[in-house]
Amino acid sequence: MEALLNQAFLTSLLFGAVTAGVPLLLAGLGEQISEKAGVLNIGIEGMMLFGAYTGFVAAYYSGSFSLGFVAGGIGGALVASLVVLLCIRYGLNQIVIGIAITLGIEGLTALLHYFQFSRTYPRLDQAPVWALPFLSDIPVLGRALFSHNPIVYLAVVLMIALVWVFRATYVGLNLEAAGNKPAALDAAGVSVVKTRAFAVLATGFLSGVGGAYMANVGAGLFVPFMTGGAGFIGIVLAMLARGKPVWVLLGAALFGISLAMTTALQVGGINIPTDVVQMLPFAMVMLVLVIFARHSVLPPALGLPYVRGER
Amino acid sequence: MRGTGMTAEVHVAQRGAPGHEGGREIVASVLRVAVPILLALVVGGIILLILGKDPIAYYGYVARRGLLTWGGLQETFTRMSPLLLIAAGLIVAFRAGIWNLGGDGQFLLAAVITAALGPALVGVLPKALTLIACVIASAIVAGLWAVIPAILKARYGINEIITSLMMSFLGISFANVLIKLFFWDPSTTVPQTRTLPVEDRLPRLFDTTIHSGVLIALAVVVLVHLMMTRTAFGLKLQVVGANPAAAVHAGLNVAWLTIATFTLSAALIGIGGSVEILGVFGTVRADWNPAFGLLVVPLVFLARFNGYAVIGFTLFFSALMIGGDSAARRIGVPQHFVLVLVALLLIFLAVVEYLDHQRRKRIGA
Repeated sequence: MEALLNQAFLTSLLFGAVTAGVPLLLAGLGEQISEKAGVLNIGIEGMMLFGAYTGFVAAYYSGSFSLGFVAGGIGGALVASLVVLLCIRYGLNQIVIGIAITLGIEGLTALLHYFQFSRTYPRLDQAPVWALPFLSDIPVLGRALFSHNPIVYLAVVLMIALVWVFRATYVGLNLEAAGNKPAALDAAGVSVVKTRAFAVLATGFLSGVGGAYMANVGAGLFVPFMTGGAGFIGIVLAMLARGKPVWVLLGAALFGISLAMTTALQVGGINIPTDVVQMLPFAMVMLVLVIFARHSVLPPALGLPYVRGER
Repeated sequence: MRGTGMTAEVHVAQRGAPGHEGGREIVASVLRVAVPILLALVVGGIILLILGKDPIAYYGYVARRGLLTWGGLQETFTRMSPLLLIAAGLIVAFRAGIWNLGGDGQFLLAAVITAALGPALVGVLPKALTLIACVIASAIVAGLWAVIPAILKARYGINEIITSLMMSFLGISFANVLIKLFFWDPSTTVPQTRTLPVEDRLPRLFDTTIHSGVLIALAVVVLVHLMMTRTAFGLKLQVVGANPAAAVHAGLNVAWLTIATFTLSAALIGIGGSVEILGVFGTVRADWNPAFGLLVVPLVFLARFNGYAVIGFTLFFSALMIGGDSAARRIGVPQHFVLVLVALLLIFLAVVEYLDHQRRKRIGA
């Protein structure tokens, strides 16, 4: 048990928590944008996974991590554009299409990976790290929190930016109107379809970047089905955050820690099956949902297509 | 909750338009099924072409292996039993407007319970009683696994898609924990449960390799269909699915019905897991997860929640899976291609549903 408490262990646990939490943060923030606008984006798992694949392939062949993140974002947005076309433009059932996208991308990326790399799993080099001046010199916390890939800091900046966008800009107001009273937004002369399309594309881009981070920084390689439910955890984070980006960050940190425990406990030499620890994040979701069930709030028009003049 | 649009549309469709429109309606309902299947196969074929594989050869091989050889056909019928039982569970839930997507966890937990109980009981109880006890215990455990999502939905309106998926991930890991910590057969190096001897499993049909579980599955699907269409309970569920607000006005106890339906749905899926172990494997190895749960969803939609129709679609899908399994080895197209086909099928189904809806609006039906 002493191994649990020493400094190196704590550092690696927190470092792992950040690495595991950032994809969840990006997916959760992305999902929050969609949900604000009234779109229940069940396909986010597929967007993450496709972003992980495109991001990995781009980084693998170009050797550039930045290019990898951009490609991951574009990959995610590409999948999202399918949701835009089918669900936003034509109003098809968002749940059916969401399931289809997740299943289809799982199959497609596994196929693509097989035809590209056969049964090998090539690794990327260590991802570049920015150690923040001064902050990274703090014992334990410095190494754990302030020497990461730039995407980590960008994700936090994005969270702060979203607080501002939701609270103080027309974009934020439009998004909220599209989810709460789409007819009112339409009457004000703003296109509901365009607003929601923008929201879903943003979700796709962010979760794609999250997926790319997972593959390129977190794992250093791509494995089929590697997102393993992270997208769905993102949906839960967005549900519980009630439209507040800060809560998504807190939630992502919580889940990041429970995910990091998986590896940390093994390193610490605790002899229990990994499956026990793998249950932690999902058990945590259920626990949080049971405790805070009353408080999760979703917009009234969530999941419903907008057809002008109906209802 | 939301997302019940499909359910409502099915009811509209079933009433149909009477009189001289009848013939055209039959054509339309055939097209609604045939077009998505064809489109999915064609687009899937294009993907195969892009990947440098011959789609005609692939589909030809799959059809031959899955349906046209005696060995393959027996495997196909055997595969039908878990799929049919999952379909029965999904029909109950979907008709009531409940998205039970936690099938994989429910299925696996049930399978582990059966694999743990079966070998332990078989020396104590007569064979028939052992089989029955396994099925019942598995159904109860799977049903219990759905209780939390059911209560969260019934009491607080929390989206059951998310909660049932979370419980599914949890259940899959928990099944492994059960095997590794409690039911690990000491005589094996790889973690797996003790094995139910072949002679104590579900009896085979005549001289085939098909086990009698397929009969159980067929009976359950028919019973579920009759329950949903011919009983007061089924009718109540349909009302809840079509319009929960109206159901409340009609004095139905929607919360209770939701919990009962969710649990029943999970229990039926659990019977699927139990029968698969009692009929085919006799044991569960750690990390085994066939992940049938989501694959059955499009079949249930294709059948428009009709129990009889789902039997036919399940037959074809089983053939596709069995054929696809050996095509992976023979032609070098990984089994994951079936996932792509399922996704395409779902998308084209939704598209055709939409076009059909537009057409109805135009003709004012």
